[in-house]
Amino acid sequence: MVDRIADPWGPRTPYGPGDSWPVRVDTFLADGRTEADVQRWVPSASILHSNGDAMDIAVVDDRIVGVRGRSGDRINHGRVDPKDLYGWQANHSPDRLRRPLVREGDRLVETDWDTAMGRIVARSKELLDGPGGWGHFGFYTSGQLFLEEYYTLGVIGKAGIGTPHMDGNTRLCTATAAAALKASFGTDGQPGSYTDVDHCDAIALWGHNVAETQTVLWMRMLDRRRGPNPPAMLAVDPRATPVAREADVHLALRNGTNQALLNGLLRELIHRGWYDEAYVREHTLGFEKLCRVVEDYPVPKVAEICDLRAADIERAAELLGRSERLLSTVLQGFYQSNQATAASCQVNNLHLIRGMIGRPGAGLYQMNGQPTAQNNRECGADGDLPGLRNWANEEHVAELARLWNVEVDTIPHWAPPTHAMQIFRYAEQGSIKLLWISATNPAVSLPDLARIRRILANPELFVVVQDLFLTETAELADVVLPAATWGEKTGTFTSVDRTVHISDKAVEPPGEARPDLDIFLDYARRMDFRDSDGNPLITWTGPEEVFEAWKECSRGRPCDYTAITYDKLRTGGIQWPCTDEHPDGTERLYTDGVFNTDPDYCESYGHDLATGAELLPEEYRAKRPAGRAFLHATPYQPSPEVPSGDFPLLLTTGRTVYQFHTRTKTGRATQLVHAAPESWVELNPADAEGLGVGEGDLVRIESPRGVVRARARICGVRPGVVFLPFHYGYWDAADGAHPGEGRHDRAANELTITAWDPVSKQPIFKVAAVRVVKEADSGGHPSPAPTVGGSAPPEGSGIPATVGGPAAEAPSRGE
Amino acid sequence: MHLAHYLGLLHKAQERLGDAFTEVGKAHGDEPDVFHTCEKLADQCRAHAEKLAPFARRYAEEAPAEPDRLHSELFSGTRTGPIGLLRDLQDLYLMAAECDICWTVVGQAAYGARDEDLLGVVRACEQETAIQLKWLRTRMKQAAPQALVVAS
Repeated sequence: MVDRIADPWGPRTPYGPGDSWPVRVDTFLADGRTEADVQRWVPSASILHSNGDAMDIAVVDDRIVGVRGRSGDRINHGRVDPKDLYGWQANHSPDRLRRPLVREGDRLVETDWDTAMGRIVARSKELLDGPGGWGHFGFYTSGQLFLEEYYTLGVIGKAGIGTPHMDGNTRLCTATAAAALKASFGTDGQPGSYTDVDHCDAIALWGHNVAETQTVLWMRMLDRRRGPNPPAMLAVDPRATPVAREADVHLALRNGTNQALLNGLLRELIHRGWYDEAYVREHTLGFEKLCRVVEDYPVPKVAEICDLRAADIERAAELLGRSERLLSTVLQGFYQSNQATAASCQVNNLHLIRGMIGRPGAGLYQMNGQPTAQNNRECGADGDLPGLRNWANEEHVAELARLWNVEVDTIPHWAPPTHAMQIFRYAEQGSIKLLWISATNPAVSLPDLARIRRILANPELFVVVQDLFLTETAELADVVLPAATWGEKTGTFTSVDRTVHISDKAVEPPGEARPDLDIFLDYARRMDFRDSDGNPLITWTGPEEVFEAWKECSRGRPCDYTAITYDKLRTGGIQWPCTDEHPDGTERLYTDGVFNTDPDYCESYGHDLATGAELLPEEYRAKRPAGRAFLHATPYQPSPEVPSGDFPLLLTTGRTVYQFHTRTKTGRATQLVHAAPESWVELNPADAEGLGVGEGDLVRIESPRGVVRARARICGVRPGVVFLPFHYGYWDAADGAHPGEGRHDRAANELTITAWDPVSKQPIFKVAAVRVVKEADSGGHPSPAPTVGGSAPPEGSGIPATVGGPAAEAPSRGE
Repeated sequence: MHLAHYLGLLHKAQERLGDAFTEVGKAHGDEPDVFHTCEKLADQCRAHAEKLAPFARRYAEEAPAEPDRLHSELFSGTRTGPIGLLRDLQDLYLMAAECDICWTVVGQAAYGARDEDLLGVVRACEQETAIQLKWLRTRMKQAAPQALVVAS
């Protein structure tokens, strides 16, 4: 038995390069149940992070009692993340929404589905009546729904209403991954496979605390590190995360300077001849400009900008330059920071100039944060067109119009799709009048929360919220729809490495809660959307029918699902593209060095990475990409907000291994709650001393936008930087503060700045200027921060270790 | 040689565009992308003007009197609201277009004058001006349907 709170990564199973990762099956069954008690095992995969770990849901008497990792699955070989081991218990939480709610004055009151849907449809029809009616609708969805739900919502929005105002909280987590993949390789789609961990000789983690965000991927990396001929490891992160502590080289750079660092590293690689001249010549465009731009970033200058030691930058360049099979992973330290797309493209450049792409071990993961983010990008419920189509390509739009049998100009292709922050801006200005939020919690997750609460609370804006619980966002809604969740509905979703899994329904949802798909289909039926021949636009009645329709939409596109079926998925995950030609899926993309940049095939005609200016189709064609990848080059520019006299410190926000997103589920699973019950703030010892702050002291963190109070953990964050976890909102705050009343001094996003990357439009959460003031003494109590992960205190601090005890014991069985 | 007059025209146009970017950015601070991008582009315009200054001085020594009606007034203050934003960006677009064509004209003159240094400045800066135009077009395309058809 392993206490997976005290040890989130479980026992090691070391292995060597080229070997198969050993199986280790993790199980957690509650209430003293054993495997012999389980009546049904229902196939599913993780919905609490983006790794896509496959597991079976254990059912006894039509109730979920636990989970077990799938030993035969290509992603996890049986392992399960602690969030998944314990998080399913939230399904049974007594405060699940069981009936729809509607607003009566300042109260939300229970009602029936007819009344709730009737209100939404009445308001929708009223708004749709008249020119420009489409522009009054905004849809803000999630990274946690299923493929079938996104595709249905995409068709409702793009072909039924015809609005470009559709996005998801995927904008906050994964928009830069998509933007960087499109910019470099022509379309979205991860080049690599998780099996690259098995073959690589070096791993570079760019702003990616994988140990806490995708624990199973980290287990795989650790098992290679403990085996023969382990891969070298480079970590770029301002915090002393478990990844940084494990790495051979850790660059704790100043937040917001990623682009300067990458420009400097690329310059070193080029100067020292550590690049593949033939690959560059045959498979890329833009090398000369890249050389010209990075030439301006010699190591001493980069050391100054990033506040690093020159020798460490040189060691990092050597680690990268001497590797033969380099694996890179990129996440929020890049995506939510300054110059997000430009810096992420520089990681693509690193792999392109070294020819490290499309072969075992030479892999690249532009990660996702949320479990089903990839599907939102593929299916077009966000700012993309379904099937990774190019909204500026008339033929691509015409294909969709034929598929859906609607007029081409119904599909909003005449302007860039509206990104999340702009949707909220239109709502603030009053031109968006109906905002439908599904499975996400912007009242905690978006920047500058005081502003977001003001927008959502405006009586002129009709807010629909579809969720499991009365979240901080739902409390501000006009209609709340109770949704079924994982284990209570059937659908599919896709991991970072393009592996599609099915998640089958195991049990009934509570009360009158309905699958999100059923809610969208019900709306489409009541709105009576019609195609060009006057027939119903949407005729599907269940998830498998939607999946079959989606397969047609994906045909011939990079994310081709045409040879996948539900039955096939029930035997294990499959990587797209999966076609009649490749019925078992495709492990790696771009194995032949031919990229998706053909003008008739690509997903975007490209942007200027510094401003986001769109390039025109004819300019793109003139480059004659002919299957070559683009090397983008951009000078470093300082962040939109830098420290000042009044606000001398830099705030960065992030995650703990024990919580997911705004804790809607993980905050309702006892083991996870006990491990990370309350927010905290991390300070460097030198900064803490200057401020007179000790471990556990209550401090006030202030930015020009708000105030947060938290107890200090003195630990390994770099000097000049403070860290807050972004998970903690108000639904379980000690003083019971609710949106619109009480104190709002807990959520990290009270402080963050409203600004975004010019290309990916991903908000910048990693650079806000703040000041820290001590408010009260600790009274001898340490901060509630976990001792595991990035918030680990220095050795010998005497702070009691985070443990789960008997309630968290779970078997890990080797084979 | 009249090159000095066009250098003066471009120099002034870049300075005015820089000021206008700053003003429009501040006036529409609730559109953070407009604010931050305008700030960056204002700096870019001022850097262009600085690079031109020594050439303007050098050629001024050989120049006859400035012709009439050389300079144009394209900006007379900012507006508010969604349509105001659109109109302000359109002012910036016309001003950037003036700079864009001036770079072409000055570039041609630099060939004629066999001035490699000036040509180097033109080549570097005209690309940035072209991107400014593209950004303005991109942002206006995004704003136009909502501002003109949807907003009440």
